[in-house]
Amino acid sequence: MSLNIDQIRGLFPVLHQEVHGKPLIYFDNAATTQKPQAVLDALTNYYGHDNSNIHRGAHALADRATRYYESTRESVQQFINARESAEIIFTKGTTESINLVAQTFGRKFIGKDDEIIISTMEHHSNIVPWQMLCEEKGVILKIIPISEKGEILFEEFEKLLSPKTKLVSIVHASNALGTINPVKNVIDAAHAVGAKVLLDGAQSTSHLEIGVQDLDCDFLAFSAHKLYGPTGLGVLYGKRAVLESMPPFLGGGEMIKEVTFEKTTYNNIPFKFEAGTPNIADVIAFKSALDFINEYGKPAIKAHEDELLAYANETMLDIQGFIPVGTAADKVSVLSFNINGMHPFDVGQLLDAKGIAVRTGHHCTQPLMKRFGIEGTVRASFAVYNTKSEIEKLAEGVAQIARFKNK
Amino acid sequence: MSSIKEIQDEIVSEFEILGDDKESTIFYIMELGGGLEKFPEAERKEENIIKGCQSKVWLVANEEGGKIHYQADSNTDITKGLISLLIRVLNHRRPEEILNAQLDFIDRIGMGSIIGSQRSNGLAAMIKQMKLYAFAFQTKQNA
Repeated sequence: MSLNIDQIRGLFPVLHQEVHGKPLIYFDNAATTQKPQAVLDALTNYYGHDNSNIHRGAHALADRATRYYESTRESVQQFINARESAEIIFTKGTTESINLVAQTFGRKFIGKDDEIIISTMEHHSNIVPWQMLCEEKGVILKIIPISEKGEILFEEFEKLLSPKTKLVSIVHASNALGTINPVKNVIDAAHAVGAKVLLDGAQSTSHLEIGVQDLDCDFLAFSAHKLYGPTGLGVLYGKRAVLESMPPFLGGGEMIKEVTFEKTTYNNIPFKFEAGTPNIADVIAFKSALDFINEYGKPAIKAHEDELLAYANETMLDIQGFIPVGTAADKVSVLSFNINGMHPFDVGQLLDAKGIAVRTGHHCTQPLMKRFGIEGTVRASFAVYNTKSEIEKLAEGVAQIARFKNK
Repeated sequence: MSSIKEIQDEIVSEFEILGDDKESTIFYIMELGGGLEKFPEAERKEENIIKGCQSKVWLVANEEGGKIHYQADSNTDITKGLISLLIRVLNHRRPEEILNAQLDFIDRIGMGSIIGSQRSNGLAAMIKQMKLYAFAFQTKQNA
């Protein structure tokens, strides 16, 4: 099915504005996507009609809010094809989801001289929590090297695996390069040595169809705001048996079964991991974001984004001074590049003056930038509402900037 | 030699020609960076990097006949342009002149909206460092 992009653009109020006197071209989607009107309406509706604290309320509003909140959990379950909705935990975002696993599963099951494997292309949020655990427990962090194209070296990964490997935590799609990693093979190989696998799905869940049962990953972490949903909300999926084996993360209300001053017993999953009043409004609005994606379907969205990426490559590769960074065969719609002799921040600021929003810098992947011997890149990332004519403007802009520097 | 006020007026009128076109203004700032005096390679070291700038800015100052000679460089063209403006206003002046300088050209140009908040913070850090050098030389002169 080919999408009606004009109609889709009409659903996003933020896109229809000028910046610096030019029509906004929003290419910073890997940082956060814009929100359709339905998500904004859901937020206003919740606060305007249903606002109430969830669970255990003996009144109509609490009952409604609880039903809506739990209904998003079911939507998320279906979205990633989890076995049951209890395996879906709401968090603040991908970062918190990964930290939750490090602080609970990690502290309980990973000990001195055990090993955790990550890749060279991880976001800092999938590096630092493990380093903290390593420091505390004497765990060893192993890094999968990557090729010049920005693909993991699978044979090197296999060499790192051993009975000491307790966890492989790997990004599904790289935020800085766009590379889609062969995660099914990674998961199978890790399981063969008895290791668990966490997938960082922050950049993949909006583009790729993900079935956690087929993939057989033990954990999947992702954020709502990169899925056309609200900020400050994320998901941790975990297999029931694994989640049940883990101690709680935060202590407080909601997560308990019974509290006495002598001993507290904990609630069942998912509530065991959702201490305190959760982010009710954003959870409820997130359902509208998932409905938006489901309405068009990820295959159609991905096909459109692939077309945009291919067009961007086609229009920009011949620009003198254009240096692509990350040229993997299998990518989500991320175009990372530099212009010869220019600092990415300068390029970003010049594009901003043309109304084009891109991200510049190290993209929270400093070790990856170091691997490529660069300080950072300019990153244009495309979403369902972007168009070929916007890409043409980007290409024109980049060409003009490159001419200025390479004249 | 023109006064600090006169040079600032000159800069403001140069930017006025560019009007509200943000893009041309940035290109112009980048061009200005090309006019910076060549930075001595031996001074390109960690201790000469200004703290508080996102991009790298090296700044050194020497006293020549009671006046301060600044030299600077950066790894980004826009920042080079910004520091070249500061040097144009403050270079070869006595420490007290620099310390008393009201650098109003930055607001008069509307630099904040041209370069954004991150770079504005960096620009403030550059001014602070230039004044710190002036203060150090003044203290030395008065000793």
